[in-house]
This record gives sequence, C-alpha cells and structure tokens, in this order.
Amino acid sequence: MPEIRIRRTMSAGLLAALLGAAGPVQAEVTVAVTYLRQEQKAPPVLSNLDPIPTDLGIAGAKVALADSETTGRFLGHQYRLQVISIVPGGDLAAAAKTALAASPVVLLDAPAESILTVADLPEARDALIFNVASGERRLRDHDCRANLLHTIAEDSMRADALMQVLRARRWTRTALIVGPRPEDEDFAATLRAAAAKFGVEILAEKAWTFDTDLRRAAGKEVPLFTQDLPDHDVLLIADDADDFARYVADNTWLPRPVAGSDGLSGEGWAPVLEQWGAVQLQNRFEVLAKREMRPRDYAAWTALRTVGEAVTRTNSADPVKLRTYILSDAFALDGFKGRSLSYRDWNGQLRQPMPVVNARALVELAPLDGYLHQDNDMDTLGLDRAESACQAFGG
Amino acid sequence: MRRIFLFLVALPIAAFPIAASAGEIWVTNEKDDNISVIDTATLEVVRTIATGERPRGITFNSDHSRAYICASDSDAVEVMDARTGEILHELPSGEDPEQFVLAPDDKHLWIANEDDAVTTVVDVDTRNVVAQINVGIEPEGMAVSPDGKIVVTTSETTNMAHWIDTATMTIFANTLVDSRPRHAEFTADGRELWVSSEIGGTVTVFDVATRAEKGKIAFGITGINADLIQPVGFEFAPDDKTAFVALGPSNHVAVIDMKTLAVEEYILVGRRVWHMAFSPDHKQLFTTNGVSGDVTVIDVAAREPVKSIKVGRFPWGAAARP
Repeated sequence: MPEIRIRRTMSAGLLAALLGAAGPVQAEVTVAVTYLRQEQKAPPVLSNLDPIPTDLGIAGAKVALADSETTGRFLGHQYRLQVISIVPGGDLAAAAKTALAASPVVLLDAPAESILTVADLPEARDALIFNVASGERRLRDHDCRANLLHTIAEDSMRADALMQVLRARRWTRTALIVGPRPEDEDFAATLRAAAAKFGVEILAEKAWTFDTDLRRAAGKEVPLFTQDLPDHDVLLIADDADDFARYVADNTWLPRPVAGSDGLSGEGWAPVLEQWGAVQLQNRFEVLAKREMRPRDYAAWTALRTVGEAVTRTNSADPVKLRTYILSDAFALDGFKGRSLSYRDWNGQLRQPMPVVNARALVELAPLDGYLHQDNDMDTLGLDRAESACQAFGG
Repeated sequence: MRRIFLFLVALPIAAFPIAASAGEIWVTNEKDDNISVIDTATLEVVRTIATGERPRGITFNSDHSRAYICASDSDAVEVMDARTGEILHELPSGEDPEQFVLAPDDKHLWIANEDDAVTTVVDVDTRNVVAQINVGIEPEGMAVSPDGKIVVTTSETTNMAHWIDTATMTIFANTLVDSRPRHAEFTADGRELWVSSEIGGTVTVFDVATRAEKGKIAFGITGINADLIQPVGFEFAPDDKTAFVALGPSNHVAVIDMKTLAVEEYILVGRRVWHMAFSPDHKQLFTTNGVSGDVTVIDVAAREPVKSIKVGRFPWGAAARP
C-alpha cells in the first residue's frame, strides 16, 4: 500500500484536514521538559511504615514521558526530560534560570512560595510551568500567575470531594481533631470551608497535644481524648504530615469512622483506583517505579501528558501556542478517571474528578450524582470562577 | 415512560411482541470468568460456560463452530468448541489480550495486547505467532477490512488508528483521532472506517482510500453532562444505513444515519453500556451493560428496548451465533 505524504504545496486548510493522515507527517518537533524540585525536609513522624519515596513525582513524569514518546514516534515528535533536584535551602531560582534557558516547559515540585519565586523570574515570562506539588489556595486565587498551571489538586478539591460524600451519606455531624503544625491548621481551615459549603456541621474541635510515642499508648490515650466530644457521625482529622492520624481509627471512645488525613479521604489519585482503565496506568507506573502511584506522581504524569497531548494536536513545541491550546475548549486529556480532564480558564487549575477512597477501595468518585453546576459538574470541587480572585487569566 | 418502567422492573416480554428468531448471543462476563449464552427466541440465559480469567473480546469463525475468547488475565486466547463449550486449546496471544479480529479467511487472528503496546498476529491453524507489530500505548480496537487487506488497531493513550497492511504485516499509516479510541469497524462496503473515542466523546469516520477524515459525530443528550457521553462499542446494520453506538456511562445507545452522520435517536439501556451484537436475523440488538450486569435487548425496527436480561458480573463482549 503506497504511503501518502503531505506535500508542502497543500493549502493550510487541507493540511489541517489531513493532519496525521499518513505515516511520518510533519517536520520533527523536539520538546524539552524539566522536572525541577525543591527538596523539603519532611518533619519526623511517629510511624516508619510509609516513607516518602525519593522519586515522588519524578516517577510519574517518567511514565508520562514514555507514554508521550510512543505517540511521538508516529508523528516525528521527540520528548526529553531533565530532572533537577535542589537540596533543602539550595538556590532554586538559579537552578530555575538554568532550566528555563534550556527549556520553557517546567514541572515544578516546590512549596507555594518557591513556586511564585520561579514563576516571577523574568526568564519565566513566556514559560509554561506546571505546579505539581502545592495544593495551596492562594496560587489559584489572588496569587495566580498566567504562566502557571496546576495539575496537583487544590486542597479544597480534596476537602470538597470528601464533604460531598459525607453529605450524600447524611453523615453531617462531625468533630475535628487538629494537629499542632501550621500546615495542620491550614488543612483544618480547608475542611471547615468545605463543610460549610456542603452543609456538614463541625460540632466540636480539639487540638492534638500529645508528645508521647502513641504507637504504644494509643489504645489508652485516644479513647480518653475523644470521650468528651459531642456525639458525631464522623471524626475528621487534620494531620498534614501524616504523623498521628493513623493511630486514631479504632481507638475512639465512640465507634465512628475517621476521615480527612486518615480513613476516608479525597485524593487526586490513589492506588485503589482500577476502573476507567486506571489499572493500565497503575501497571505501567509500578513496572517503572516499583511502588504504588501517589497523587504527586499523578500530578506530574498529567502535567507531562498535557504537554504531550498539546504537542500532538498542535504539532508545535512553542510554549505560548501550547498554553493557548491547553486552555481552549478543544483540549481533552484522558486521565483514567472516567471523564475528560481540562483546565479552568480562570485560574489554570486542572479540572478533574476526585476519588474519595479508603485504604482498600474507591468509595466514590466526586462529583457525586446530584451535585450540579451550571457549566461543568466537576467545578463543584475547588475554587469556582466566581470565587477566585485570579485576574492573570483575563478573568 | 415505557423506558423508565423497563428500568424499574423486569417487564413481561409479551407486552412487546417481537419476532422470535433462532440463534444465540454469547456474552463474556469480565468479573465472573464465564460466558452467558442467551437464546434470541426466549431471551433467556440458557447456558453458562466457564472461561479463563477476565474474558473480554469474543468472536466466532465463519461457520460458527469455534469461539475465540480473549482471556485477558490468563494472557491467552481460548479456542472453544461452540457446540459443547469445551475449550479445545489456547493460542499464544501475547500479554493481556483485550480485543481481536479474525481475518475473513479464518486464518489469522489479530490481537491487541493492551499492556504491551503490541498487535500480535496468530495463525490459528499452526498456533504460532506470525508477527508482532509495535503500535501505540494501550491498543484496543481492532478492525479488518472486508477484503482482508487492511487491519486497524486503535491505541487508547496514543490516540491513533494504526493502519496495517496484512500482506506485509507492517504499519503503513497512522491517523490521529480524539482521546481514548476504543473501537473500530469497517463498513460492509469497505469504504469507510469508523473509530469511537471514549474520552473525546466522538466517532470519527475515515475514507479508507485516502485515510482522510470524512466526518465526525458528536453526541448530546438532554440532562446528561457532555463528558459522560462516551462512545465505545458500535455496530452497523448490514445494509450500511444505520449505526448503533454504545455511549458508556450515559446509559444510552445512539442511532445514526450512516449517510448524513446525523444522530436520529437515543435509546435508554442499562448502566455503562459497552459492546453489542445483532441477533443473526438483525431484528434484535443485544447490548452489554457493564455496571448493571445485564444485557438490554433492543427491537431494531422499533428502536425500543424490550427486555433486560441478567447475566454475570461486568458483561463486556458480545457475539452472535445462528
């Protein structure tokens, strides 16, 4: 069978109509992507059961690289991934300048403050930066940036997804335990806002004050600690560093499920996902990384796949063209969560279904049936257009 | 109203007289490791046949004496005596076979290996792998042209239809389609190739001679979010006039005029409709509904669902046998 080759004399319209109509089609396109990480010293936690993987996030980018390269092979598109990891306290801005000089597409794994430092560099003006690590609201709100998209779920998307489930179950009376770190209080504030949004009551709060090794004492201490809480349906826990939350379940005064930082939780991704083809992605990930895929891995995967999808459809590696396509209605990414993923054109957040899971199974995929939205049901999760103070996207 | 009623209770079928036809529909139950055989006259499950692990794709040879079944988690294609239900032998299939097509001459089975980004060609007589062809990530849809000269594999993550010359067993063209292509079919006259895109929400129609896109079908059902209308399996009426497209979690089947590509109707079926098969006389259409674990029988002329038949867990593939 003869191979059809598109000739340069063809009109642009015809060329567009025939895009991809033959074997190797267009001129070679090379896309360089940098995974730039600011390493953070994790606080000590009580349990050693779940160490933070050293390649967290990076492994997700590597799987997406392989996925995109396969498509690229048929189209003459090549992808390169460079990983730069800065030790805690290292000079991220200098590394970012070097990275941006080499490639304008960056997956950025850093705390919110550092993300803004990089996004505000003069060298980053026309860059395409993906936040794959910070769920902080302000990056989607008054501190948004036009060159910054977010594939990691906003914290409030996680909390909103959880509250949709509690509301749907009519488990609307809750109590909240808040850890001692500032991050715990931030997550507690997110849970409070989500509870108010979906009509879930937080009847009482208690600050977690233990400084003993709970691994031996949880059975004695936690019942007493929870004894004076008013009767509730669910016990919420805000423990951002995953320090004490695991010792609360099954030690409470009343027999109640826990949710938030342990038990039932809303996540961008979880190892228990298997529907919607998710098992294929989990398999590819586990072959490469020899561990289970976590939310930050998924955020990095979706970021690089976003780039791949945009390059495939636009036949370009120009970050400005890619950004325009990514934010357009034409963009649809298959994220193995049953619905097509797209970006919110008011703050650059990836719009996505949020699995609400326990350790053993997917419980619900939010948005749940009945949570309606005038534009897209997925926008019932996280900062909606009207709530966001972001102006950088022309909104 | 009728449709809603159908959903709530199993209707006595006498309420909807439909021409009884001799024949069987074989349905693979992905999570029960078996096949439910439905009698097309009585619309009852008359046989349940054990298979390997996670049966998905199913097809018969030309005289319907043999069934081929993709036992995905057994990493094998099983060859079954269609009369006795006995598994005669397995074919080497490559890893995780999901869908396949049998060439019109019954000689080669073309298999999509979902976890391996490969299409495997097996000679069903010698039981040898004849070729393995590198395709995109997560190959799934498989189609063969009526003259047997072209095989198409679609890859879900690469979002392409790969056109393979069956004489040389090499790819001669790749065409982009919308996100997550699931299923491909050539029309009976061999002039068109249709490809469904589950996440893109479209069906793309290609002119086979030029491999140019002739048209694209989009869907819209009142009251259902657009991104939940996800085209997956589809079938053509034998006269190439009407196409029936399963729309996944929207729980509907679209009826399409194949000439104008206009959607004429949406038929309510069970939950997460996957694939479908016509009865041998083409008067009935049987859809597999993965989430509700049943099969909806559609009266093709009336374009009405007439019965839900309980089968196993996660019914996936369907194939007819006279």
